[in-house]
Amino acid sequence: MTTPIVEMRGIVKSFGAVHALKGVDLHLMPGEILGLVGDNSAGKSTLMKVLTGAYHRDAGEVLVNGAPTHFRSPHESRDVGIEMIYQDFALCGNMDVGQNIFLGRWPKRYGLFVDRPRMYEEARKVLDRLKVDVNSVFQKVESLSGGRQQSVAIARAISFEPQVIVFDEPTANLSVMATERLLETMAELKRQGVAQIIISHRLTDIFEVGDRIMVLKRGENVGDRYIRHTSEKEVLELIVSGTRETALTADEALQQAA
Amino acid sequence: MSELSSLPRRPAETSDFANVGRAAWWQRGFFASQTAYVGLALVVVIVAMTLANPTFLSAGNVANVAKNFSFIAIATLGITLVIITGGIDLSVGAVMCLAAMVTSMTMQGLDQAGMALLPGLSMLLAVVAGLAAAAVVGLVNGVLIARVGLSPFVTTLGMLSIVRGLSYVVSNGRGSYPAGSDADLFYGLTSGDLFGIPAPFIYLVLLAGLMGFVLHHTAWGRYVFAVGGNEKAAELTGVPVARMKIAVYTLSALAAGFNGIVMSGWLGSAPANLADGYELNIIAAAVIGGANLAGGVGGPVGAVIGCVLIEVIRNGLVLANVNAYWQKALVGCIIILAVLVDKFRTRRAG
Repeated sequence: MTTPIVEMRGIVKSFGAVHALKGVDLHLMPGEILGLVGDNSAGKSTLMKVLTGAYHRDAGEVLVNGAPTHFRSPHESRDVGIEMIYQDFALCGNMDVGQNIFLGRWPKRYGLFVDRPRMYEEARKVLDRLKVDVNSVFQKVESLSGGRQQSVAIARAISFEPQVIVFDEPTANLSVMATERLLETMAELKRQGVAQIIISHRLTDIFEVGDRIMVLKRGENVGDRYIRHTSEKEVLELIVSGTRETALTADEALQQAA
Repeated sequence: MSELSSLPRRPAETSDFANVGRAAWWQRGFFASQTAYVGLALVVVIVAMTLANPTFLSAGNVANVAKNFSFIAIATLGITLVIITGGIDLSVGAVMCLAAMVTSMTMQGLDQAGMALLPGLSMLLAVVAGLAAAAVVGLVNGVLIARVGLSPFVTTLGMLSIVRGLSYVVSNGRGSYPAGSDADLFYGLTSGDLFGIPAPFIYLVLLAGLMGFVLHHTAWGRYVFAVGGNEKAAELTGVPVARMKIAVYTLSALAAGFNGIVMSGWLGSAPANLADGYELNIIAAAVIGGANLAGGVGGPVGAVIGCVLIEVIRNGLVLANVNAYWQKALVGCIIILAVLVDKFRTRRAG
């Protein structure tokens, strides 16, 4: 069996008296698209922030490619190929597309001056890989629509050549068209071997591109199913009334159904 | 990547940027900015004033205007850096005074102590001392804001009071004046002409050019804009946000200090109330020139244009025999007008 690219075991995280995560497990295979769902305050974002190192876990293990890790900040998880795309995209609206893709690490000449021709050229290459048109790496980001801003955020993420991309509510603020485009981009990234975790409230989106879906409820695992062998109805039931007993693993669930 | 071509191409939808080409030159960059149309307004004002009173464009008056606006323009360059990062520095007026006073007192002191060994040496040391005093104030501002996390407004408001108070304390409220064997040299380099051009104007042009180059072509300059655009995003992508903030507050104080020193040469003294209330003129000039108090926008050209516009209007009112007290009211109107026009413009574009 291949090693999961990400494996989280028994993750515990509390904020004062609030137990956000009570021993959550998660695994992600290379090139897999995993949907992470659950009601508000289920602990989805917290779990992902523990993964990227934005939060520090109280207990549990995080393994990347089988090796234990202790990230203290998102910079460190980026070094091993984990990228997160935030709900607000984390872009600088006052700067253009090219500069945003290489925000904070612009190609330099003599270690001091920004090498603009090379920056725009490389930005264009990244957008090409994403299959988005690049007429305008010069466009200011604040003048772009939400969907396009997201493309820029994704382009920045893939410019780090990540193995894993985490999307936090990627379709929450997008139009139908932009959502379609995003799902295509995700399928494209999957073809290129990038594993992805999608936090979303929209089951339809996850059922369209996902391989597997994992349900959290009040900081616990309550379900793990293969998309091919489950239904939106079953997942909704897990979200609403799932328990530790319904958690299983996707393979166990499959055997039980058989 | 041959497997990529298997993706069905849907031109109208997959091509994210197909309908946004690079905008025409007059619709992007500098020409689409507040700085550009305030610059245009400035030209209109100058033409109108010249028509009303031809002496406005006489060599003497132009030199006078150039000198006068230079007295706040260098400090405006500094505060523009702070404003681009989304901060504010209210202590600039007080820092101008402190630096001028430290310079004057050091010059006097060195001379009395018989330290004026080489011509110009005591002046040089005095200026360095004045700038160092300013830099310390800026550094404290920066550390309190970036590392401790205090609000820029409150921190620099407090610093305004502290620094102004110190200036009164050290001079016992009487102020000081540049004196000693280097005094003439000092006056020559601050209020005199170099190559027939007012010295402060030369300093301004050099510093503005340097600032423009650094802001647009160095990574450091781009960091300034990134911090102002989205501090969180800048932090996430590895921009040293705290260090950048400390740097801009220090540079703002240094610019103000230098401006204060030059001003004391023009006044012939460094009174304890030097540049009292100037912080508002300086912020006004920056804002009129297009620096956005919300951060992320601004530049040296705008800062200079803002200063010129304020001075041209003051000067024009004097030539037109209008009561000089109207100047303040008019400058206020221009601030609001400039921001208002920008609001309408961006609404139409958005």
